[in-house]
Amino acid sequence: MFGKSRLGGFLAGASGLFLLLPLVAVIPFSFTAKRFLSMPDGEYSLRHYVAIFDPDTWLASIGTSTLVALLSSVIATALAAAFGIGIWLRRPASGRFLIGLVLLPIIVPPVTSAVALYFLLAQIGLLDTVPGLVLSHVVMIVPFAVIAILGALSRLDRNLELAARNLGASQMQSIIMVILPNIRFGLFAAWFVSLVMSWEESSVTLFVSGVNVITLPKRIWDNLRLDLDPAVAAISVIMILATTLVILLRKSET
Amino acid sequence: MMRAQSTPVRRYAATGSLAMLWALPVILTLAYVLPFAGVTLWSVTRPELGLQNYVRIFTGADFQAIFFRTAWVCLVSTAITIPIAYLLAYYWVMGSGRRSRLVEICIFIPFWISVLVRAFGWVVILRNNGLASDVANAFGLGGLSTGRNVWSVITGMVHFMVPFAVLPMASVMRKIDRRVLLAALGLGCRPLGVFWRIYLPMSLPGVFSALAMTFIFSLGFFVTPMILGGGRVVLTAETVFVQMFQTANWGLGAALGVVLLVAVFAILWLSQRVMRIEQLMSR
Repeated sequence: MFGKSRLGGFLAGASGLFLLLPLVAVIPFSFTAKRFLSMPDGEYSLRHYVAIFDPDTWLASIGTSTLVALLSSVIATALAAAFGIGIWLRRPASGRFLIGLVLLPIIVPPVTSAVALYFLLAQIGLLDTVPGLVLSHVVMIVPFAVIAILGALSRLDRNLELAARNLGASQMQSIIMVILPNIRFGLFAAWFVSLVMSWEESSVTLFVSGVNVITLPKRIWDNLRLDLDPAVAAISVIMILATTLVILLRKSET
Repeated sequence: MMRAQSTPVRRYAATGSLAMLWALPVILTLAYVLPFAGVTLWSVTRPELGLQNYVRIFTGADFQAIFFRTAWVCLVSTAITIPIAYLLAYYWVMGSGRRSRLVEICIFIPFWISVLVRAFGWVVILRNNGLASDVANAFGLGGLSTGRNVWSVITGMVHFMVPFAVLPMASVMRKIDRRVLLAALGLGCRPLGVFWRIYLPMSLPGVFSALAMTFIFSLGFFVTPMILGGGRVVLTAETVFVQMFQTANWGLGAALGVVLLVAVFAILWLSQRVMRIEQLMSR
């Protein structure tokens, strides 16, 4: 009945194509045989995919990004879970204020957050170190984890917890044996979102690291700013394929 | 209601849950809110005590040009983003099964992909002798201006923001009762009339949130503009980066960061007022 207009459908299709266009456009450039970024003219090569495995540059950055993303997503999820369950159990009068405080890093312009985190790390001497980067990433991604966990908790039946307590479970037992298992999908979503957000984090990362600690986004950034290395195209294609695969798999599951 | 329920819960709540509740707020206060105070301090003490950084920002012709350009670029990108996102949100929510799924995929693939990769995609298309100019040449439109200019920046920013703008609109559209639309149709309203007179007004709250969100995002964003503008289209957020790391003018960078923050909160406050007025009018 609705959503069947021809013109509307055409325009929506065009908008969808607009969103996919730059992702598709990258693909041919990754197969060029030349050393610089260009369309392959008749000659195809996988050399830029091989370049990704250079242990001194791309592979090192992939390792750094993976390490930072794993650490910061686990820490962010743990903190967000503790916070969410604390809010859910205690329902403090200051709840709205606390949630607002915790979500601040989403609202504040990333560049301002970056300056603040740069200031912090400069004071405590953690600029351009993995712990400093993990701390900055935790601050930036924790709001997304909090949103996912609060969403999961809002669907949780309070009577479950009351029943557990009534049957003699201590508060810790009820948290570990009742609440956490019941919000496991929310926990997983929180962890996964924060993992991706940390893996892709570029604005704060560019401020607080870049000489000793070089994440994948930082290396891509340098390549985009200085010379256009076709390895960026190869990396992009892999990331685009991985994302598409995950989304299509998730779609076919539901 | 809230209070009556919370008393028995609170009675047995141990100190453990108190520590859980406060761990994150305390960490964020120490690692995020306090440093803001430090940044504000920088902005009035570097290079020397005084408000000279703010005076320079608000009176310097160079900064005024940057603010003006930022406002213009953000307004134009928001104005382009909103209709595109509305269209996609509409078909995601109201479209038939296959259409809705296709639209969803188009929204979420870019949503999850790094802004750098997306900006790189536009570099490939828009740079000099890139795909766009090849296509233009093929159609005899040689000399089409591509490369690092303000339209490249706007294209990249629109592409970045559309998936974000879709979400608040779609969540409002999902709550629209379809029976209202069917009733209007049954009473003889033409489908286009149903859209203009019923669907659009009912979905406006989502449009307002998307508007505020897009504008705020575009103000503080510097990765896409820096890559696609290539230093020729300098916006406010990029200036913070340049002041801090290229000219090592930390006080000025900090002051600009503070100004951006204040601007964002002003927009948030304003948009909430607008939404409240809008809600009053609809009753």
